[in-house]
Amino acid sequence: MSQWIAACEADDIDPEDVIPFEHDGNDYAIYRSPDDAYFATDGHCTHEKTLLCDGLVMGGVIECPKHNGRFDYTSGKALGAPVLVDVRTYPVKVMDDTVYIELP
Amino acid sequence: MSSPVARERLERYSLTGPENQAAVDAGLAGGAWFRSAVPRKRMKELMRRSDYPAVRDTIIWLGLILAFGGLGSALWIVWHSWWAVPFFLAYGVLYGSTADSRWHESGHGTAFKSRWIAESLYELSSFMIMRDPTTWRWSHTRHHTDTLVVGRDPEIAVMRPARLAKLLANYFGLVDVPVAFSLMFRHAAGRLTADEADYVPESERPRVYRTARVHLAVYAVAIGLAIGLGSWLPVVLIGGPRIYGGFMLQVYGFTQHAGMGENVLDHRLNTRTVKMCRLNRFLYWNMNYHVEHHMFPMVPYYRLPELHEEIKHDCAPVYPSLWAAYKEIVPAVLRQLRDQEYYVRRELLPGAAPFNEPTPLNDGRARPLPAATAA
Repeated sequence: MSQWIAACEADDIDPEDVIPFEHDGNDYAIYRSPDDAYFATDGHCTHEKTLLCDGLVMGGVIECPKHNGRFDYTSGKALGAPVLVDVRTYPVKVMDDTVYIELP
Repeated sequence: MSSPVARERLERYSLTGPENQAAVDAGLAGGAWFRSAVPRKRMKELMRRSDYPAVRDTIIWLGLILAFGGLGSALWIVWHSWWAVPFFLAYGVLYGSTADSRWHESGHGTAFKSRWIAESLYELSSFMIMRDPTTWRWSHTRHHTDTLVVGRDPEIAVMRPARLAKLLANYFGLVDVPVAFSLMFRHAAGRLTADEADYVPESERPRVYRTARVHLAVYAVAIGLAIGLGSWLPVVLIGGPRIYGGFMLQVYGFTQHAGMGENVLDHRLNTRTVKMCRLNRFLYWNMNYHVEHHMFPMVPYYRLPELHEEIKHDCAPVYPSLWAAYKEIVPAVLRQLRDQEYYVRRELLPGAAPFNEPTPLNDGRARPLPAATAA
C-alpha cells in the first residue's frame, strides 16, 4: 500500500534544481522546475548506477552527470542514448511548504 | 603472422577476453571513481551551457576549413601551383585532426545549449574523423565508465607493451583509415565486431548499419569524381585529410593517458592535464584539461579552465607544456616495452585528497604478459 512521505521543505530545492532523498535504503531525486512545480524520480540513472542528483536540470530535463544521458523528469521518459530505459517517477504534492512523495 | 606477445596483448585488451570478467570480479567495472569536492552551487555554474561560445568557435572552425580548402583548390585548379600545399595542409589538420575534439564535445552534448546543434556537429565530425557516430558514442560511454580498465575500455590507445609501429603509422592514419573502411563495410553489411556487440545495445544497431551505407556512398562519390575528373582533388578534400592531416590528433591524443595507470579508480592516476597555448586549446577545444573532463564530464569545454582552478589543489602539478608531457610519455612507453608493470605515478600536491586505491589490484600496474615475462 502506498504512502505519502515527507521528503524535504519546498525551499530546500532551488528553482531548476534537484536534491537527493533517501528512504528505506532507496534513493530518489526530487526536482523543482523553473516554474516551481515539484517532481520525483528514482535516484539513479537507468543506464548505470549514477546518482541523478549530481546532474544538471535544464527546464524539464535532468542530465546524468556521468554519461550525459537525459530524462524528462516530469514523465520519466528517456530522451536518447546512452539512456534507453525510462526512469520511474513518483507522485509529489506540496502541503504547508513540505514536499511529499508517494512511495509504494 | 602475429607473435605470441602481440596475440596475448590483444587478447588482454579485448573486451571479449578473460580480462573483462576479471575486471568485473575485481569491482573495477562501473566502479566508484574519485571526484574532488566541489560545492553544488559552483558545480551548477560550471555545468551551465550557452550556445554562444561553441557556436562562435564552430563558425570560426568551419570558416577556416572552407577558406583553406577553397584557397588550396583555387591555387591548384587555376594556377596548378604547389603553393596549394600549405593551404591543403592547414585544411587537412583542421579536418583530419581537430574534428576529433569537435566529435568529442558534441558527443558529450555539453558544448551547446541547443541539442540539435550538438547532434548536427556530432554527425558531421563523426564523418570527418571516420567514426560511426553510434558505435563510438557507446564506446566513449564505456571509456568514461571504465577508463583504462583492461578488458573493459575499448579506447586504450597505448597498450602495454605499446604497438609502436601502429602508433607511428597512425600519425598518417595508416591503421585507423583502413580499419575505419573495414568497419564501414562490415556495418553496411549489417554486422558488428564482437567488441562492439559488447557495448552497443540491439536497439541502436540499425542506425549503425544505415550510417555506414551513407558514409560509404559519400566516399564512393568522391572516388568516382576523382576518377572521372582525373584529379586527386576530390579525395584530397574528402577523406584524404584523415591521412595527410591526422598527425595532430595523435600528438594531442597521446597526452591523455599514455604510460599512466591501468585498472585504477582515480583519474589522477590514469589521466593528464597539460597546459597548452591558446592556439592549441582552440584546436583541441580544451581537452588538454583531461583530468577535469573525466572527473566532471558535465562541464563544457569553455568552463574547463575554471574547473581546473577549482580542483588543481587536489591533483598532481599540471604539465606546463606539450613538450613536458612528451618528455615523460616517450620514456614511459619505451620502458613499458620491457617492463609492463611500470607506469607513471605522479605525486599529488601537499594537502590533496589521497589516491582512491581500494583494492590491491587497483595499483596502476598491468599484470605482465606471460610470454613477455618469460622472454
